[in-house]
Amino acid sequence: MKSIAELEAIRQKTLERVAYRKDADSDIRVVVGMATCGIAAGARPVMLAFMDEIRKRNLQNVTVSQTGCIGMCRLEPMVDVIVPGQGKVTYVKLNPNMVPRIVTEHIVNGNPVLEYSIGASEDQ
Amino acid sequence: MDFYRAQVLCCGGTGCTSSGSGEIIKRFEEQIVKFGLDKEIKIVRTGCFGLCAAGPVVIVYPEGTFYSHVRVEDVDEIVSEHLLKGRIVKHLTYQDKERGEEQHLSLESIGFYQKQKRIVLRNCGVIDPENIDEYIAFDGYKALEKVLTSMKPAEVIQVVLDSGLRGRGGAGFPTGLKWKFAAASKGEQKYMVCNADEGDPGAFMDRSVLEGDPHAVLEAMTIAGFAVGATEGYIYVRAEYPIAVKRLEIAIKQAREYGLLGKNILGSGFDFDISIRLGAGAFVCGEETALMASIEGMRGEPRSKPPFPAVKGLFAMPTNINNVETFANIPQIIINGADWFRSIGTEKSTGTKVFALGGKINNTGLVEIPMGTKLREIIYDIGGGIPGGKKFKAVQTGGPSGGCIPAELLDIPIEYDTLTQIGSMMGSGGMIVMDEDNCMVDIARFFLDFTVDESCGKCTPCRIGTRRMLEILDRIVNGKGVEGDLEKLERLGRNIKATALCGLGQTAPNPVLSTIHYFRDEYEAHIRDKRCPAHHCQALLNFYITDKCRGCTACAKVCPADAITGVVKERHVIDTTKCIKCGSCVEKCRFGAIEKR
Repeated sequence: MKSIAELEAIRQKTLERVAYRKDADSDIRVVVGMATCGIAAGARPVMLAFMDEIRKRNLQNVTVSQTGCIGMCRLEPMVDVIVPGQGKVTYVKLNPNMVPRIVTEHIVNGNPVLEYSIGASEDQ
Repeated sequence: MDFYRAQVLCCGGTGCTSSGSGEIIKRFEEQIVKFGLDKEIKIVRTGCFGLCAAGPVVIVYPEGTFYSHVRVEDVDEIVSEHLLKGRIVKHLTYQDKERGEEQHLSLESIGFYQKQKRIVLRNCGVIDPENIDEYIAFDGYKALEKVLTSMKPAEVIQVVLDSGLRGRGGAGFPTGLKWKFAAASKGEQKYMVCNADEGDPGAFMDRSVLEGDPHAVLEAMTIAGFAVGATEGYIYVRAEYPIAVKRLEIAIKQAREYGLLGKNILGSGFDFDISIRLGAGAFVCGEETALMASIEGMRGEPRSKPPFPAVKGLFAMPTNINNVETFANIPQIIINGADWFRSIGTEKSTGTKVFALGGKINNTGLVEIPMGTKLREIIYDIGGGIPGGKKFKAVQTGGPSGGCIPAELLDIPIEYDTLTQIGSMMGSGGMIVMDEDNCMVDIARFFLDFTVDESCGKCTPCRIGTRRMLEILDRIVNGKGVEGDLEKLERLGRNIKATALCGLGQTAPNPVLSTIHYFRDEYEAHIRDKRCPAHHCQALLNFYITDKCRGCTACAKVCPADAITGVVKERHVIDTTKCIKCGSCVEKCRFGAIEKR
């Protein structure tokens, strides 16, 4: 038999899984470029690394979605991280090893990893 | 924790299941494995979304993309484009063609949903009904926690009384009052019964709730049991609802495992358990006394009241019976309070009502609207109007017990009392729309035919009276009506209403009486002029070939009765004495030269 506290725990745990069927406006969005160019450049392992990291850290209100080609195929794999109210940061030429840092510094702590961003890459 | 980046919600209601959603779900599961997406994407089978006309329906979150009329062949494209590459398959998304709108990408933007207020159906199409955790996540069993830990039975009844909730099964008796009577009755054992014997052939909201959100009904029954002092519950559901029965069984099992049914629920000391009883589909078993007789294992026949079930019900013990939709409101009322519920709807009819839209309407499906909404809004704004640019003629509410409402009354607000005043009723919430091609006499005959079939035969007015009415109607639609038939129908109808034993007989004449009231001219045309103004009644029609005929001989060849004669390249003629009015020639004619008159 479940106690009321246990029910509340189930509620919270399941809510994490179903919450974005309710209201997705407040979510942090990770958008991975998954057109042919992105996939060829290795976008899939990058996306899986994001999911893995989110899973490990038990992050709520983060959605991972995909998008098509935005025209800068030479910079793939590209990922946009959009924190509501803070605008969009575009990361380029990613590999799975770079992902944990983006999740920790940007998604958790709110500090974009500028050296991975499109601005840093294009300045070189 | 499971983290899925996307969830694919497939409708598993009866409507979408019969149009193949089971195959679609299977295909999705195969395809996501094939593309290696099964760790990232979850496929969820939900209850009904309501827009059955667009089924099978699939929704992809987090985007909320709304795919309609999905076929098994479309699944591969959705998986390889949308799920793998993140490109929404626009040509498969929902489009309101009648309004010439752009393709809709999300559910919320559709006219069908914009005017709705979903309380009863809030979880249908949102949660996986076979997973109790998802129900719990959306505030499930929170009302039960509140009731068992912080309320007294009398307080629960008071909240329901204050909410103004009235029985959604049709008659509209205040639910709180019913509970109060049952609570006040003395008996060694009290019972809580859920009436899920949705007999109206056009209504399917109860089925949808049981299929999409079964735990809401279990939770509400437990709350009601606590309020009136019942420890045993029965759900009487028809065997024709196999999906609903299966999900109820799963839900009951899960609730027992979690200790939400059974002994000492949530450690409160309150015991309550529920079992399912299957009905064989008799319309009369939706009547509460017949329903109880059927649960007891006896023939499903009504008895006279009083004694009311609250005093002497199931197994001669005090019993409370509510309908599925009524129960589905209860947890929300407990959580949000009576004032919240009263703020929706009108003064005398609070809350919302679910209607099953059907007939000549574009968006066939389930809609939940606040009470007081105008019929016009339901039919045109939510229902999307009449297909094929035809003219609206009438809407039939309340199923075989209800009446027809003509176009001039479309602006009345939907409430229990207004509908009764104009000769119809809320009933179970079936809403059949009719256009100019429907003959009102034939509609009345159709509904009466149903009730004659379903009459249990216990009382004379219903057994014999409705049959006599049907015979008169049969005569009229066959062109053999005589002067005085209408007066006979009205007198018989009034007498049956006044003298029949139960609700079935008391309401059976409604479709006839209301159509005579609003469409008397159509009846008179049938009787006096032997003419059916809607060109529907076969016996009163004759087929003619007009001068558009080019003499192609196609009609003469197809005619099974050899009633058409003529020379090639000359106008043909139909011998109306031989014609059996099958309509084959009309279908065959390429020049639109054959008319019904």
